[in-house]
Amino acid sequence: MKRKVLNTAAWLVTTGSLFSGVLAAQSKIKVGVLHSLSGTMAISETTLKDTILMMIDAQNKKGGLLGKKLEPVVVDPASNWPLFAEKAAQLLEKDKVAVVFGCWTSVSRKSVLPVFEKDNGLLFYPVQYEGEESSKNVIYTGAAPNQQAIPAVDYLMKEVGVKRWVLEGTDYVYPRTTNKILEAYLLQKGVSSADISINYTPFGHSDWQTRVAAIKRFGSVGKKTAVVSTINGDANVPFYKELGNQKISAENIPVVAFSVGEEELSGLDTKPLVGHLAAWNYFQSISTPVNKTFIDQWHGFIKNSKRTTNDPMEAHYVGFNLWVKAVQKAGTPDVNKVLAALPGLETPNLTGGIAKVLPNHHITKPVYIGEVKANGQFNVVWKSGGAVPGDAWSDFLPGSKDIDADWVKLNCGNYNRSTKRCSGQNYK
Amino acid sequence: MTKRSSKGGQWLLLLLPLWRGLSAHAQSPDNETFLSALGELREATYSDKEKVLERLGQAGHPNLHAVLVALIEDRLCYRNSDQRVFVMKAAEGDPVNLVDAVSLQDAGATPADSVTKIGTNNSLRRVLRTMVARFGLSSPDAAVRLDAVRGMLQSLDANTVALLRERMAVDRDPRVKKEAATGLALADLDGGESPARRRAIASLRESLSQDVRNRLAALLEKTPDGGFAERDEDVRRAAAAAVSNIDQWRNVYSGVEMLFFGLSLGSVLVLIAIGLAITFGVVGVINMAHGELMMLGAYTTYTVQTVMPGHTGISILVAIPAAFLVAGLTGVLLERTIIRFLYGRPLETLLATFGLSLILQQTVRSIFSALNRSVVTPAWMSGSLRLNDALEITYNRLYIVLFTLIVFGISLLVLKRTRIGLNIRAVSQNRAMAKAMGIRTELVDAMAFGLGSGIAGVAGVALSQLTNVGPNLGQSYIIDSFMIVVFGGVGNLWGALIGGMSMGIVNKLLEPYAGAVLAKIFLLVGLILFIQARPRGLFPQAGRAADDK
Repeated sequence: MKRKVLNTAAWLVTTGSLFSGVLAAQSKIKVGVLHSLSGTMAISETTLKDTILMMIDAQNKKGGLLGKKLEPVVVDPASNWPLFAEKAAQLLEKDKVAVVFGCWTSVSRKSVLPVFEKDNGLLFYPVQYEGEESSKNVIYTGAAPNQQAIPAVDYLMKEVGVKRWVLEGTDYVYPRTTNKILEAYLLQKGVSSADISINYTPFGHSDWQTRVAAIKRFGSVGKKTAVVSTINGDANVPFYKELGNQKISAENIPVVAFSVGEEELSGLDTKPLVGHLAAWNYFQSISTPVNKTFIDQWHGFIKNSKRTTNDPMEAHYVGFNLWVKAVQKAGTPDVNKVLAALPGLETPNLTGGIAKVLPNHHITKPVYIGEVKANGQFNVVWKSGGAVPGDAWSDFLPGSKDIDADWVKLNCGNYNRSTKRCSGQNYK
Repeated sequence: MTKRSSKGGQWLLLLLPLWRGLSAHAQSPDNETFLSALGELREATYSDKEKVLERLGQAGHPNLHAVLVALIEDRLCYRNSDQRVFVMKAAEGDPVNLVDAVSLQDAGATPADSVTKIGTNNSLRRVLRTMVARFGLSSPDAAVRLDAVRGMLQSLDANTVALLRERMAVDRDPRVKKEAATGLALADLDGGESPARRRAIASLRESLSQDVRNRLAALLEKTPDGGFAERDEDVRRAAAAAVSNIDQWRNVYSGVEMLFFGLSLGSVLVLIAIGLAITFGVVGVINMAHGELMMLGAYTTYTVQTVMPGHTGISILVAIPAAFLVAGLTGVLLERTIIRFLYGRPLETLLATFGLSLILQQTVRSIFSALNRSVVTPAWMSGSLRLNDALEITYNRLYIVLFTLIVFGISLLVLKRTRIGLNIRAVSQNRAMAKAMGIRTELVDAMAFGLGSGIAGVAGVALSQLTNVGPNLGQSYIIDSFMIVVFGGVGNLWGALIGGMSMGIVNKLLEPYAGAVLAKIFLLVGLILFIQARPRGLFPQAGRAADDK
């Protein structure tokens, strides 16, 4: 028997066929990377692919994990949402990866979710999102609305004295849900509905004249006005340009954005943006020793000292380290055991705090609000007292107020406290 | 500097003799307090910084203006070694050149990490700007004075009213005087007798400013005890009339503004469609790579700008012919090597050019990376032209409307007045007959394709000023450009102009009511219905030959 195996192995090696990978895999742990490398989202997601490759590279230099080398499996879902699901199935079923780091837009996450749940995979999702979700198979290392949107609105209300609100977003699930939560929150805080204006524009909208003129008119009735922007991707550049041209400065009508970070700013002329705000859980400009090391490591890996770091990269940094710790704690990369080991694990983040995995599969994160500087970096003007625990189900939406997510005690991502029923993975 | 600040404000006037007498000494007590107050800015929170600035403003110092401007521009810092505050010559760069905050003498260069910048936030910059605005009141430049007065209208108090009154008496510029008068009238609304308030309202009636309107409307608001903010009924009536008068005019101007928005959107559409109208019309090729030729033009702009750093203004002008050549030559190359073999097979051409568009995108992605490139907008294209208080037109849109008209005019001239234009028209009207007359149709095809591609490149230069320069730039415009060409009538430049402009205006008229998403949908549905009624567009090609195509 043994001889037969050896023979077969020898045959495989000599023919140098495709199967050689199968044998090698036994001493390797495969890590899936599911980020768009082409299409509209390539701009943002390519960086995250490189981040994970850098982390894997560093881990392998430290001797790998459980004595095995980590092997990245990179696929390109090409900014095509159905293709995300196909590629996820390929990673889980064909490549049999231990973990996947991936997705950016909420629509891509929603697309792969059934695949991960069916094949019992493990996904680390690194981008701030709209919440209202908690899957057994996903660890959300980006911010939930209470870790980004709500603190930003609080800051504007209390520190800047904003009385009138424009909620301006791109027309898809993340802005629509976030704005629904924000609207409920503002109404609850006593803002009258006449002082809230909500508007959506398509992806890649480039003619902002009418909208900016409308914002200007809305903001000219004598009450301090701010724009809460969930405008995503490419549409931001013409939006800020138009603001600058119509002479709306951050001092009159500040814009706080949830999707504009260092990476996005590096692609545009930042002069008209100075003073506008962004809310994130990480800024490149936050000076801590560990952040400096990370930035140097990134510049060394990407061989370009001008590349920026940003919030989703930090989320991947935190997520990767959490996964490594969980595998070490479980003693195996097996998904069920790693998932059991994850809640309660802690790892340092890049801003000097600790990220802890919560039972609802979200993590604790500090919140920072920064003003854009002329050099494309952020000047932190406010930070939260400590790390804020991520809340999967918003407390401000009538439907989701009573819902809990707890994968430790309840073993449920959608438990209704009042009816005492677990709706399981059914999110409706 | 001395003269400026002497007129800067009352507090400065009072203190003027004091520091004049003392400024002979290098380290006068004034300088000491000035420097120590600046020192407090180092560690203070933003709200404390505001208080420090207020104190600095009251104390006054000849260098105050320079220091405040530096603080706004992110150029104020302190040296880490001795905590002394300096002004930096430039906000960026390493090493940084320091200037002493008291003597305004050069204080040498130092590595960037040996100093720490003193940060500002929005509300602090707001305070700073009003402080700096007061220095502008005595500027010899009327535009600066006008801005200063406008800035002061935002925060009217006894101090500013006194300054405005003073300005009113000495200024000769009518615009400054008018603005100052508005400020004084607004101040009269607060205090004074009823007749004075009525006079103030009468003088504000003709204003178009939103601020004035808000102030007048505030008079009509009810107070919590049930009465009106303004007790005199006559004054209230006058205010109500004035508000409705202002509203009426503002509405008229916002209509004009909307029309301009439509024209500017339309001119972008025309610009991207002209090139396609030529290639589509003459060669009859559905060129799916048309958008990518625009993208090449936009990247040419970026490259030209990178090659000529520091000459942003001129680089745009250089980029226009450069983009024409780059995109035009690429077009000719594509036509000669691929497209000409596919003439008469529309489906294959469509697929081949679609493939070409993907290849061009990926090429650009490999050369310039998938990240968007930032094209700097030159100063003469930023900001807006202020026609009056209610109407401002942004320069970049204004220039693009003009640019489109110029490109359109030139294209028309080329087609109607040149030999090659005559050939192109002949081939587009009747290829077989043109060939029989001895026109080398192959050459004409290549030229027409090159011309259309070149114009697409020129459109790319304009787009680089409006939107992202990235590999996907072309994709977002290709649908629009086909829409215009189909709507206007294939191969007709006038069709592209009228079609583009009317689509732009209709879109902008719908947008405020329907939202950007729905407006576009309505437009498409409208277009489909129109094509049903007139399948050949607004300006169909006439004649028997046209029917055979």
